[in-house]
Amino acid sequence: MINKVVENADVAVVDIFEGATLMLGGFGLCGIPENTIQALLRKGVKNLTCISNNAGVDDFGIGLMLKTKQVKKMISSYVGENKEFERQLLSGELEVELIPQGTLAERIRAGGAGIPAFFTPAGYGTEIANGKEVREFDGKMHLLESWLKADFSIVKAWKGDTTGNLIFRGTARNFNPMMATAGKITIAEVEELVPAGTLDPNQIHTAGVFVQRIFQGEKYEKRIEQRTTRG
Amino acid sequence: MALDKNGIAQRIAQELKDGFYVNLGIGIPTLVANYIPEGMNVVLQSENGLLGIGTFPTEEEVDPDLINAGKQTITLQTGSALFSSADSFAMIRGGHIDLTILGAMEVDENGDIANWKIPNKMVKGMGGAMDLVASAKHIIVAMQQVDKSGNSKLLKKCSLPLTGVQCVKKVVTELGVYDILPDGGFKLLERAPNISVEEIIKSTEGKLIIEGEIPEMRFF
Repeated sequence: MINKVVENADVAVVDIFEGATLMLGGFGLCGIPENTIQALLRKGVKNLTCISNNAGVDDFGIGLMLKTKQVKKMISSYVGENKEFERQLLSGELEVELIPQGTLAERIRAGGAGIPAFFTPAGYGTEIANGKEVREFDGKMHLLESWLKADFSIVKAWKGDTTGNLIFRGTARNFNPMMATAGKITIAEVEELVPAGTLDPNQIHTAGVFVQRIFQGEKYEKRIEQRTTRG
Repeated sequence: MALDKNGIAQRIAQELKDGFYVNLGIGIPTLVANYIPEGMNVVLQSENGLLGIGTFPTEEEVDPDLINAGKQTITLQTGSALFSSADSFAMIRGGHIDLTILGAMEVDENGDIANWKIPNKMVKGMGGAMDLVASAKHIIVAMQQVDKSGNSKLLKKCSLPLTGVQCVKKVVTELGVYDILPDGGFKLLERAPNISVEEIIKSTEGKLIIEGEIPEMRFF
């Protein structure tokens, strides 16, 4: 049986190099690879291009890597919750590419699925369309969008097994499954790592073939951005 | 009297139909969930990977793995389903969602919408708005018709960077309900309580179409 287990987050990121392109799973702070982000902070590797739907908050998630100036460029759909981000953007220290969320998800999916490009209606007639090929299908205009791939994809799952099979939980799934397919090396951190054969094959969301390294995160804070209750 | 945010949400809720799958944007649209008529089956979609948004949780039920697109903690409705962001936008792009309700800064008489970017201000990003407006079968916009300086936001031509073109079908504001006609123009359907047609004319920069008596909105 192929064994993908690495000892911890620090071992998982050992060969992440200066200037690498990373994908990081999560929507807001939900389903983000907390432990691997901590390892990247310890490693201090710089000039990273980070593809992630959001950029964390000032003191959690990718926001921590912005503070240490490890990120050269963010590719995201929404980056509104982060003051340090705003400061670096306005001062020109940080490059940002904003992509419609569905297009971002599909470009990543395409990258993992070997589809170099596809047409989508999202962004037609807006500044997102600048420089892109436009084509009409069934009377509606569409933009040509290309695949996205990464040197390293870093995803977070609920459960995983030693062969890299993953199960996500709740809305913490979000971008993680597509990103897992689109990395040259995919690192999966999980809340619970179990021996192969423990998880029901019918319930696997991401097949182990997409995962090169897996480890159980030391701890999960799972910070909540907007704690909203009905009292 | 001009409607407040809850009034706009309450009026939009009258557009819901039994069996609808609906995506609610952030802001006023989120409030529509509070006015879904008793006994009507409406399934709310959250772009981050959920069909069937339930109520906000109790303190004990709070689960960091369950949030909506506004990053608020939520619960699952009976019969809900969870999926990836790619599947979520396949539902949206593929026309499987019956109705999208979202906010806007400007809408024009051709159905163009601007709601994501103000030049010279921090740009936060479009999130899922461009995908939603480009693909939804039916789009209702909830917005303020007149800004704090008294300027109309129902325009001949949007001045802000666009989110989508020729996509908005209906607008509900603090003053009225409008259909955007296929060949252009805001057709006034209803007035907010005690708002005169004259006031609406004064508050609409784009082409306004008024035919016959315009009824007041009714709240049941």
